[in-house]
Amino acid sequence: MNSPALEQAAGLYNYWIVIVLMMTGFYIVLARRNLIKAVIGLNIFQTSVFLLYVTMGKVRGGTAPIIPPEVAEAQAKAMHETGHSEHGTHALGTVSEEIVGAHAAHADLPGADIIYSNPLPSVLMLTAIVVGIATTALALALVVRIREDYGTIEEDRILEIDRADGLPDDDDEDQWIDADTHSLAGSSPDTPTDSESVN
Amino acid sequence: MTEHLPILLIVLPLVAAPLCVILHQRTAAYTLALLVSWITFGISIALVAQVNQTGVIRYNLGGWAPPYGIEYLVDSLSSFVMMFVSGIGAIVLVYAPKSVDDEIARSKHYLFYATYLLCLTGLMGMCVTGDLFNVFVFLEISSLSSYALISLGQTRRAPLAAFQYLIIGSIGATFILIGIGLLYQMTGTLNMADIAARVPQENGPRTVLVAFSFLVIGLCVKMAVFPLHTWLPNAYTYAPSVVTCFIAATATKVSVYAFIRVIFGIITPGFAFDYLPLDTELTILALVGIFVASTAAIYQANVKRLLAYSSVAQIGYMILGISMSTPGGLTAGIVHMFNHALIKGGLFMIVGCFALRLGSVKLDDWKGAGKTMPWTSLGWAIGGLALIGVPVTAGFISKWLLLTAAMEKGMWPVAVLMLLSSLLAVVYVWRVVETLYFSEPTAKVLKAKEAPLGMLIPTYVVLAGTFVFGVWTTYSADLAAAAAAGLLGATP
Repeated sequence: MNSPALEQAAGLYNYWIVIVLMMTGFYIVLARRNLIKAVIGLNIFQTSVFLLYVTMGKVRGGTAPIIPPEVAEAQAKAMHETGHSEHGTHALGTVSEEIVGAHAAHADLPGADIIYSNPLPSVLMLTAIVVGIATTALALALVVRIREDYGTIEEDRILEIDRADGLPDDDDEDQWIDADTHSLAGSSPDTPTDSESVN
Repeated sequence: MTEHLPILLIVLPLVAAPLCVILHQRTAAYTLALLVSWITFGISIALVAQVNQTGVIRYNLGGWAPPYGIEYLVDSLSSFVMMFVSGIGAIVLVYAPKSVDDEIARSKHYLFYATYLLCLTGLMGMCVTGDLFNVFVFLEISSLSSYALISLGQTRRAPLAAFQYLIIGSIGATFILIGIGLLYQMTGTLNMADIAARVPQENGPRTVLVAFSFLVIGLCVKMAVFPLHTWLPNAYTYAPSVVTCFIAATATKVSVYAFIRVIFGIITPGFAFDYLPLDTELTILALVGIFVASTAAIYQANVKRLLAYSSVAQIGYMILGISMSTPGGLTAGIVHMFNHALIKGGLFMIVGCFALRLGSVKLDDWKGAGKTMPWTSLGWAIGGLALIGVPVTAGFISKWLLLTAAMEKGMWPVAVLMLLSSLLAVVYVWRVVETLYFSEPTAKVLKAKEAPLGMLIPTYVVLAGTFVFGVWTTYSADLAAAAAAGLLGATP
């Protein structure tokens, strides 16, 4: 506890969780050979981002951004008494000025000292969760179709089946890289390619 | 009414998509999709005209003023991109019915048109919005619908290609989301102009740097910049022809647009290019991408895959223009988005015609098709010339602008490499021309008929466009120049 660096690292524990989850998910997506595992990895990866947003919206000591009813009532009463004359002047200002102005004018109102967390990141994440669900649903639907066509969801097996089928246009990366190095060896007639693709 | 045009652009296709599903009847769904896509095109043209007259249009969603509300922003760049994206979307739908009948099961047609409209919605939304989180949402709308569209391909490789694209695409989109989150953390706002005003620039905290890196990498995946392009060839090859026409012509371009917005609209070029060496990196990636992808294209036996690799190379030219960050370079990058959309759209439409009549997109099966399908073959030759960048075609305009911009900047090696790379394009275009005209036709080709007029006419309209905009540049290069000037002028 006497080391400030350690203290800072421990204090940011929420970000550590985010990073560990993010890397776990990312690793699963990259290292998987099973299509379902890829979807799971993608989900973990996305979830870590949800956590990142939610954690940045949390204000230390802040409560849920809902105004307690009694405070709201008291504020409305106070606004009604003092706010009438001000309203005319604020009508021309922009929304932001109005909010800042209202906040400054009523700093002494009941409930003004309550600290609220920022709701916006959480709201954004509701949208992102919906997007994530749509992505997962589509991915699973595709896996079902792949399973129907190939009888397996192991990517290695699928590629093997394709190769066994001898699909002539199944030239994935490896095949055109072969072609590429072939040209680098100098057997191709278009010499400009050879020297330039080294660059 | 006119002040609501920016939102109508989004709402019309968005509402029409579920309507297509409810209609459930293929002709009705097609008619609705066609109608809506042409109205969308009309609106974008009206917006281009309006922006030219009155300048930037700002639209507050629901009347909520920014930075609290979402702002839609139509300026010379976004109106230009929206114009050609909706234009291609509309003309491809005219071309679509025969090819869709042939390649997609009849029971799925109404779903196909609904998904097509959703994809259009997402692409238009990415262009029109001035809110960073909104960009992510629209990006996902267009991406998810394009995964679904690609999976409709005939072979069983199609769902697999769509799945691979989904995984890589979602990672890219999530990277963008992380970048947006970190920028929000630094500035407390999501409005692009507002972020630009608040974000700490040089020597700012590392968070900005990390946010920027995530955004750039995420967008590079979506743009298919060279080392991150691996999803593209499979996706374009196995998708139905109509889908390839539409997505190849529009989707990567809209991501390039978003990239331009991030660099020039949010993070200044000063930060990206002077403080960070992003310009050098992009130049190298673009050049390597151009050569590797063009060389790969030469060796393809499948014409769709050939064009897909060519697309990766062409994205390289756009990136090259952007990385120069001079008015000339940026203009070239932007105008190439437009020109390449026309050229590649046209060429993929030609491939669709061959696919319909010959039932194959393999080069070997096209032997001697110049005899039985003269107009389609001629179309390939025309589109190919434009792709190479022969004078009086649109491709020449963008290459010329890029070349002059490179010379202005004194980047002679880049200029020379660009010219050499055009030779590679000559090789892969010629390979197909040779097969079409100078090979003995197979029995199957001899029986083939010319493609139906319903497909040939829209194809030729697009190809004619490549000539029109190769000579008359008021609505391509001049608009792009205005957009580039606006971008560079807006940043200090």
